[in-house]
Amino acid sequence: MEFELSKPQKLLQKSARDLFARECPAKRVRELMATDTALHPELWSAVAEQGWLGLHLSESCGGLGLSAVELAVVAEEMGRACFPGPFLGSVWASALIAEANPKSALLEKLANGETRGAVALVEPDTGWNPAEVTLGATTAADGFKLSGRKSFVSDAAVADTIVCVARTGEGPALFAVPAKATGVKIVATPALDATRKLYDVLFEDVKVGGADLLAIGPSAAKALARSLDMVTLCAAADMLGGMQWILEDAVEYAKTRQQFGKVIGSFQSVQHMCADMLLWTESARSAVYYAAWTMDQEPENSSRFVSIAKAYVSDGSREVANRGVQVHGGIGFTWEHDLQLYYKRSKASEILFGDAAYHRARLADMVLDA
Amino acid sequence: MELGLTPSETKFRDELRGWLAKHMPAKMVKTVETAAAYHEYLKRWQRTLFEGGYAGINWPKEYGGRGATFIEQAIFQEELALADAPERMGTIGQGLVGPTIIAVGTEAQKKRYLPKILSGEEVWCQGFSEPNAGSDLAALETKGVADGDDFVVNGQKIWTSYAHIAEQCLLVVRTDPAAAKHKGLTCLLVDMKSPGISVRPLKMMSGDSGFNEMFFTNLRVPKANVLGQVNDGWNVAITALSNERANLGSGLYVMFKRNLDAVIEQARKLKRGGRAVSQDPVLRQRLAQAYVDLEVFRLNTTRSLSQLNKTGAPGPEGSIQKLYWSELNQRNAQIAMEVLGPYAQLTGFDEGRFVYNYLRSRGNTIEAGTSEVQRNIIAQRVLGLPRSY
Repeated sequence: MEFELSKPQKLLQKSARDLFARECPAKRVRELMATDTALHPELWSAVAEQGWLGLHLSESCGGLGLSAVELAVVAEEMGRACFPGPFLGSVWASALIAEANPKSALLEKLANGETRGAVALVEPDTGWNPAEVTLGATTAADGFKLSGRKSFVSDAAVADTIVCVARTGEGPALFAVPAKATGVKIVATPALDATRKLYDVLFEDVKVGGADLLAIGPSAAKALARSLDMVTLCAAADMLGGMQWILEDAVEYAKTRQQFGKVIGSFQSVQHMCADMLLWTESARSAVYYAAWTMDQEPENSSRFVSIAKAYVSDGSREVANRGVQVHGGIGFTWEHDLQLYYKRSKASEILFGDAAYHRARLADMVLDA
Repeated sequence: MELGLTPSETKFRDELRGWLAKHMPAKMVKTVETAAAYHEYLKRWQRTLFEGGYAGINWPKEYGGRGATFIEQAIFQEELALADAPERMGTIGQGLVGPTIIAVGTEAQKKRYLPKILSGEEVWCQGFSEPNAGSDLAALETKGVADGDDFVVNGQKIWTSYAHIAEQCLLVVRTDPAAAKHKGLTCLLVDMKSPGISVRPLKMMSGDSGFNEMFFTNLRVPKANVLGQVNDGWNVAITALSNERANLGSGLYVMFKRNLDAVIEQARKLKRGGRAVSQDPVLRQRLAQAYVDLEVFRLNTTRSLSQLNKTGAPGPEGSIQKLYWSELNQRNAQIAMEVLGPYAQLTGFDEGRFVYNYLRSRGNTIEAGTSEVQRNIIAQRVLGLPRSY
């Protein structure tokens, strides 16, 4: 047993960190935040060229065939860099399609970055539990008809394919809907984290062919559950990267900023905030990487450990971000300081794919009622 | 990242499982009333582990250990928790004194002391804190004066856990009053039956006598019992405390898991508002939070043992573990009180374990270095912030 990154995993971490430092400095992050989609074609291509969009897909699907641990490594570095753009939407879509229909021709294009994806799950009156979905798919000539509204869809405006989770008489169904299909309307819903955009997606009697049906019934539910765990893990790893950045930034500031003739890092009240930040960050690291390892090696336990990680990191990331601002004082509260980028991303990630209370409730079902 | 077990680790685990199935003792709950009997119960359990070859998993074979790795130590801890085994006894001897003797002791000291720590024959206490030297340990005043082949010790210690039942003591004394605060200290291995030691138990808030005052009057300790070098006692003490912080966690998980399992079991039985307490949505959140905290503690411990397996010696990072478990145990003891409602306060409910845990856990953030001291260590020695005192 070895509970740390292997040599190849450390190399991957280094190449991701180097690439984002080079291609995704804070200046570019800010430029992209001000755009409608936060998509930068060259940055996106750079990530695609590394194979990271298909890192988790098997080689037969055009992916790198690596594990969720490597995916977490890249996601952590994205969090550390506040990487803007549609990574989570595409990764979720490809993970979902790979589970539902590994032969789908969409996978290779998603893996090489030629097309982008999104998953439409949550609705105005439902949460992250797929069992709550109400959007209906009714049978129509040559296929199905989708009607309803989806909310909080990551990256929909730049997606070529939106996987819509619908309810049918035979249980849940997954449809790969071309974003340009007649009746699909995408409405931006600007939110506090401008590095990753959210949308409402309206399906107004959208006709989809039988070929667009990826899975239906128990196989659809299973694919959805597993891909949701995978992308939830990515969000937790992204938050871990942000926590690490905030911790390092706060400690660095505490070593240089002077008050009362001393650096503020010599005061115990400041030291203790930094110590707590380290405790949360390192504990988050244990939780995230253990969960990542279970995804492939102990899939029967992975939902439990993904929820443990997301519950812990959602609370911990907020605590770290709050203290990061407090250590900085006034400058930490400004638009000018990059801390605000991480602060907002942390809060958005906390909500994304279910906050701590959601995952605790999921764990309570697993642990208390067993 | 390879969290699966190697064939030899799997073999170790499977043999341990088989052994545990045969040797697990009946359950016993620690309360104020049962404290003395509970100690005997843990002592018997330690003896059973020792005879089965499961004491000192990562200690050298020639001194009674198993000679295995920290990884097997981590597996051992998880399997004990899964089997709902008793907690480990003799936290001072196994967690603190033993590893320090292994690190800096003479061959004769290793042969003399280590096997008896593992067999449970000798319980250790740690004579560190004094009335005027708590968090500021290096300010200690107990004197050790060289006289022939001995040091003659005079002074007082306080908050000494297990001194009332211990056979041996790791004692820190000032041997060079002229030297700087940290430079004139020496660590001694002291037989508690020696003339010149008197022990006065102090009653804890929980009602039991876990810690003590110790008074030394012309206590003679042979120079052969110096652990490490004369006047290098501060470094020896730091080694001991680093081991304490790094090692304690692995034994504590077993105890904490037993506590949480007991709360969950009661929550399924007790009723409030016409349903089982375990069905109350607010309390489900609290119990799940306790579960998350405990599991993350387990993962942290496993990860730090994996790192220890490579580095060999625990560093200041152990303070993160100490800070985590002490505050975790307090939070989870509080959650037990909330979940069980008015029953939790009854000394006759589930043998009084929840009252005991709630009160006893209050000391966790003080003993073995306060949370404030742990945060200072993390800030200064891990994060590199300047000293504040």
